[in-house]
Amino acid sequence: MSTTGVAAPTRRLMEGSEAIAEAAIAAGCRFFAGYPMTPFTELLETFARRLPEEGGVCINAESELEAVGMAWGALAAGARAATGSTGQGLSLMQESFSEITLAELPLVVFNMARSQGDYFQATRGGGHGDYRHIVLAPVDINEAVELTQLAFHLADRWRNPVLVYGDYLLAHVTESVLVEPLELPALPAKEWALDGTLGGSGRSRSISPLGLGKHGHEGPGIERHLRAIADKHTEIERAEQRVETAFTDDAETVVVAFGTPARFVRYAVQQLRADGEKVGFVRPISLWPFPSAAVAEACAGATAVATFELCTGQMIDDVRLAVLGAAPVVHLGGISTDGSGFGVGPLLDAEIVRDRILALHRDGPGAELPPLPLNERG
Amino acid sequence: MAAAGSSPAGPVLDTSAPPAGARKIADLKPDLLLTGDHNLCPGCGEPLAVRVWLEALQELGVAQDSILVLGIGCYTMFSATVDLDSVQALHGRAPSVATGVKRMRPDKVVLTLQGDGDMVNEGLQEVLHTAARGERVTCILLNNGVFGETGGHMTATSVIGQRTKSSLEGRDAEYHGYPILIGDLVARLQGAAYVARGSVHNAGAVARTKRMLRRAFETQLAGEGFSFVEVLTMCPTGWFIPTADGPDYLHDTLGEVHVMGELKVDGVVKTTEELHEENARKQREVESALERGGLDQ
Repeated sequence: MSTTGVAAPTRRLMEGSEAIAEAAIAAGCRFFAGYPMTPFTELLETFARRLPEEGGVCINAESELEAVGMAWGALAAGARAATGSTGQGLSLMQESFSEITLAELPLVVFNMARSQGDYFQATRGGGHGDYRHIVLAPVDINEAVELTQLAFHLADRWRNPVLVYGDYLLAHVTESVLVEPLELPALPAKEWALDGTLGGSGRSRSISPLGLGKHGHEGPGIERHLRAIADKHTEIERAEQRVETAFTDDAETVVVAFGTPARFVRYAVQQLRADGEKVGFVRPISLWPFPSAAVAEACAGATAVATFELCTGQMIDDVRLAVLGAAPVVHLGGISTDGSGFGVGPLLDAEIVRDRILALHRDGPGAELPPLPLNERG
Repeated sequence: MAAAGSSPAGPVLDTSAPPAGARKIADLKPDLLLTGDHNLCPGCGEPLAVRVWLEALQELGVAQDSILVLGIGCYTMFSATVDLDSVQALHGRAPSVATGVKRMRPDKVVLTLQGDGDMVNEGLQEVLHTAARGERVTCILLNNGVFGETGGHMTATSVIGQRTKSSLEGRDAEYHGYPILIGDLVARLQGAAYVARGSVHNAGAVARTKRMLRRAFETQLAGEGFSFVEVLTMCPTGWFIPTADGPDYLHDTLGEVHVMGELKVDGVVKTTEELHEENARKQREVESALERGGLDQ
C-alpha cells in the first residue's frame, strides 16, 4: 500500500480538520469510517471527499459502533485505517477499542473533543479489561499534521491503537499549513494481515482478541496473550513519552497543560516571564504514556504546581502521581464552553489565563483564584 | 499366557484406522476443517451447517480467496478449526467488520458466521445496513431460536410458545413480543441480491441449503450485491428436548414460523405465504412420487 498521498506539498490555508485528514492520507491511511458529530464532522467530510481520490474508502457508518467495526475489518485486511468522533461518540466505541487493542490491530482514532473532560476516557479507556491506547495531544494544527502521521507509524510499530486528542479549536481554526510526509523508520511487512491466501493450507491465520490460533498452531492462549500485551504496554510506557517544557529550571510555579489550551498557557507564561515572574510551563504531548519523569523533573524546586484544563481537572491526577507530594498541585482551569456546549468558552482568554497563573504564583497554593468567567450568552 | 476366559494377547481387529465403511463417514469432514473434532452438544445442527458452507466454498474453488468473520456463540469454536483466514468480531458486529475487510480486499470472498442472538438481537442494525448498502459480502445466520451458549434463553427469533430460561411459560406475544423473521426483513432491502432460508434437519434440507450457500457465494463473486443465507439448526440442549427429537421439533416449530425457501432471487421477493405454498406443493410431489414408487413395486 502506498504511503505517500500528497504529490507536491505546498503551504496553504486549511482548517485543522482538513489538515489532519490530509496528514492521515499522507501517512497512507486508506480507510475511514465515521458518524457526523460536532466538532468532528469536518474530518469525516474531508475523508469522504479525499479518500476516493486516493483509491481509498470512506464510509458514513450507521452509527459509531459500526464505524469502529468497519475500521476493525480494514485493519485486519492490513490497511492503514482510522475512525473518530467526539468523546461522546467514542463512548459508544469503547467495547471495540478494548478488543481491538487485545487483537493487536493498529487503529488510529481521532477525538475532536468538546472539552478536556475526555482525558480519563482517552488515557484510562472507557472500555472493559486491561488495555492502553497511546494518546497524542497536538497543541496546534502544524503539530497535529506531524502527530497524525506519527500516530499511524506508532500504531503499526506497536500494533496498538493510537488516539489523537483534538478539540473544537484544533478542528475549526484555519491556519497556513504544509502537509509534508514525515520521514519515519521503515516497518516490517504485516505478515499477520489477512488476505485469504492461506485458506486450505493448514496455516491459515486468525486475528483474535484472545490470542487464539488455529488447530495445530494454537496461539499463546489467553493468559500468556494478555500478559504479553501488558508487557508491551510497559515497553511503550518507557519508549513513547513526549513532552515540551519551558522556563522550568528556576521556576517557582509550574503550570501543566495539554492540547490547544496549552497554547494559551504557554503564551501567558511567556508574558509573565517577560515581567520577571519565575513561572514555568510543561506540556505533555503524549497523555499516555504520561511523561511522569519529565513532569517531576520540571516541577522539582517549585513551590506550587498547577494544571490548566478545560474541565474539572483530570490530568491533575497524573501530575500529582508524577510529583508524588513534592509540591501541592492545584487546578487553575474549569468548565467553560460556548452556548452550544461544543466549542470554546470565555475561560480560554490569554489575559484571564495569565491572571489565574499570577494569583497562584503570588499567593501560593492556597490562593483565591479570580472567579471563573461565565458565558453570558448562555 | 492368557488365563482361560480372558482376552487374547493380540488385537482381534485392527483399530489403527477405521474400517472402510466407517472411513467413508469419517471422510465427511470437509477439507477446509482442520479437524472434525468439536465441543458442541450431541444433536447440534451447527457442525452440519458449517460443513455445507465450507464444502460450497471449496467447490467454487475460492478456498484461498476467502476471509471469514466470526460472531460470538457456540459456533465460535470453529474459528480454531476452519482452515480459512479469519477474524473474530464482537457479538453482533461481524457485518461491519466484514464491510471493512471487503472494501480493502474487494477481490476476496468475505463472509460472516453469526447466530440469531448475535445477528438478530445484538447486531440487528449491522446486518440491515450492510444489506441496504449492497455490500458484496455473504452473511450466514445459524438460527436455532435460542441463546445456546448461555444455556437456553429467548432470542429475537424464538417462536411464540417456545419455552426458554427467560420465557419459562413459553414466549408470549403480549409479554415478550413477536419473533423477527430476519430473512424476510433482509429480502425487502434493495441492496440484498440473494436471500434464502435453509435448514439442516434432514438430508434433503442439507442438500438444498448447500445449493443456497453456493448461490450466495456466486452472487458475491458476480458482484451483484449482498447475499444472505439463514440456516435453521437444531439445538436440543437449548430447546430442552431429547436429542433425537431435534430435527422434528425444528421442522414443526421453528420451521413453521421461519419458513424455508429462497426469499429473494434476481430481485424477486417471495412472501411467507408463497413459500408455504411452494413447500406444500413440493411435499405433495414427493409424497405422490413415493406413493407411485410403492405401487410400481
